[in-house]
Amino acid sequence: MSLVAESIRYAYRVGHDVLTDVSLDVEPGHTLFVLGANGSGKTTLLECLSGLRTPRTGRVLIDGIRLTDLGPRERACRIGVVPQLHEPVFSYTVGQAVLMGRAPHLGLFERPGRKDRQAVARALNAVGVTGLHDRPYTGISGGERQLVLIARGLAQGAGCLLMDEPTAHLDPHHQHDVLSVVRQLADEGFSFVVTSHHPNNALLYADEVMFLVDGAAVVRGEPDVAITEDSLRSAYGMEFEIVRGANGSRAVLPRVLHPTAPTQDAESQSD
Amino acid sequence: MSAAPRRAVWILILVPPVLFLAALLIGRYGVRPDDAFRALFGLGDVPDILRSLILRVRLPRALAAACIGTNLAVCGAALQGLFRNPLVDSRILGISSGAAFGTSLALLVSAGAAAVQGSAFAFALAAVGLVALIGWRFGATTLVIVIGGILVSALFNALLGLIKYVADPLGNLPTITYWLLGGLGGSRWSILPPLLVLTGLGLSFFLLIRWRLNLLTLSDTEATSLGVRIRPFRMAVIVVGTVMVAASVAVGGMIGWIGLVVPHVARAWVGPDHKALIPASAAIGAGTLLVLDTIARTALPSEIPLGILTGLIGVPAFFLLFLRFLRARGETR
Repeated sequence: MSLVAESIRYAYRVGHDVLTDVSLDVEPGHTLFVLGANGSGKTTLLECLSGLRTPRTGRVLIDGIRLTDLGPRERACRIGVVPQLHEPVFSYTVGQAVLMGRAPHLGLFERPGRKDRQAVARALNAVGVTGLHDRPYTGISGGERQLVLIARGLAQGAGCLLMDEPTAHLDPHHQHDVLSVVRQLADEGFSFVVTSHHPNNALLYADEVMFLVDGAAVVRGEPDVAITEDSLRSAYGMEFEIVRGANGSRAVLPRVLHPTAPTQDAESQSD
Repeated sequence: MSAAPRRAVWILILVPPVLFLAALLIGRYGVRPDDAFRALFGLGDVPDILRSLILRVRLPRALAAACIGTNLAVCGAALQGLFRNPLVDSRILGISSGAAFGTSLALLVSAGAAAVQGSAFAFALAAVGLVALIGWRFGATTLVIVIGGILVSALFNALLGLIKYVADPLGNLPTITYWLLGGLGGSRWSILPPLLVLTGLGLSFFLLIRWRLNLLTLSDTEATSLGVRIRPFRMAVIVVGTVMVAASVAVGGMIGWIGLVVPHVARAWVGPDHKALIPASAAIGAGTLLVLDTIARTALPSEIPLGILTGLIGVPAFFLLFLRFLRARGETR
């Protein structure tokens, strides 16, 4: 599915724009990484794209249809949200958790049937965790949980998945497990918008990268073009260098900062 | 729902009818099963006193016990899911405080049985109406509803205190105190129809939406992204649950612990999926109250208030469940 945002603007309070004129365009089979400092508006952007919030100006289109023209259930059949990891209160099994993704396909008094359970089995298979079906969701690892949440989005029937920091709290191995599943699903035609704090993951897995700085999209483009020492400096307010590996791959390294110890004449220089 | 919980639910559903029949037979005056059968279906000659005992005393009382147990347990299970908090029961919404105030007010002015029941029901709805108003005005998030429930409960508790303070210590006050302890001694056919009808409607509602209750345990954001209109859904569950509990309190007074403990027992048995949890809670709630009420009216020469009995059983039951939970998490020696 294609997801388009046309100069959207959002403010929680009048006069304090959290998003100022953000545009993006995710084609089917593409993965867009949204990078930016804490508080730069990444989560708000995802919430505008999912229809949870309505932008004050501008519009969001899914497959050419305005998001505001879709009912909640129709919208949920097209766009899925993969939330950040959290500890659930009740220990549903993985199968029951993924089955909740079928909600937009079921009427108020309907209960899931064979077709829905088949969708769950397909979704778990697609992310490679079929064996977890009967395990309690509270008893699996963080990486597995993230995959299960992706499976829920697939069971939902969504062609476009929005992921809020899917690699937070995961060790490098699990980060790459999750992102290679994302990559593989993108190759099958799903589109993804992924927020992240890891420019290196964007270099490895993104088709396109966008930097958000104070709610504005400052740079957009293919990872190799968009991730530069300049764009990193403006996004995070510190210095980075980009190094090249033997096989041509690139990686971002922070330039190690040596904070100077406060000296006595620091105060006199404070103006 | 996999095969094991489904089988457990079917077994559980078969238990309350058996206990119901037992409740008709057991009492200070023992009844033989064949006599009870003849009295129930109007067959053959049964002594009038026996027929009257079965049809006019024990049958309405057993029905009240089954309905109230069902309502408190189902409402407790739904609210624990809704608030994503396993320590919640209907008290969190101010239902009980409102009903307690309503009853006490009616008893203070020595109103008749129907007026007492009506007043309990009306003030229970008024209390939750206030909570709903707060929710409607400030957004029906769980936080707003919890704070609203605490405030409304406190308000009605203060008013209840006022009524007890002005009540006649030799007249109305003992009646009020006795009612606050809960009991089914007053279950007559005349006051039962509202309870029977509202239990039927409420239970049907919860059975129909039981799978969807799972979606209430998600965060608002998650549920919305799954296409659920979470706030109207949440308010609908609260309103139906309130009506069920208010109808119960109006007949049986303050019967604690059922709404808190029974859903936990059910969850330990069939798991957290509300598709199995709601029928299991209904069955266990009905069965428990049938047993406890039979004990309440037979164990001692005078009747034991049911609320005291549910507390005496509920506390150790809850403690055992808590130990089980700690052991499962490996936090005990």
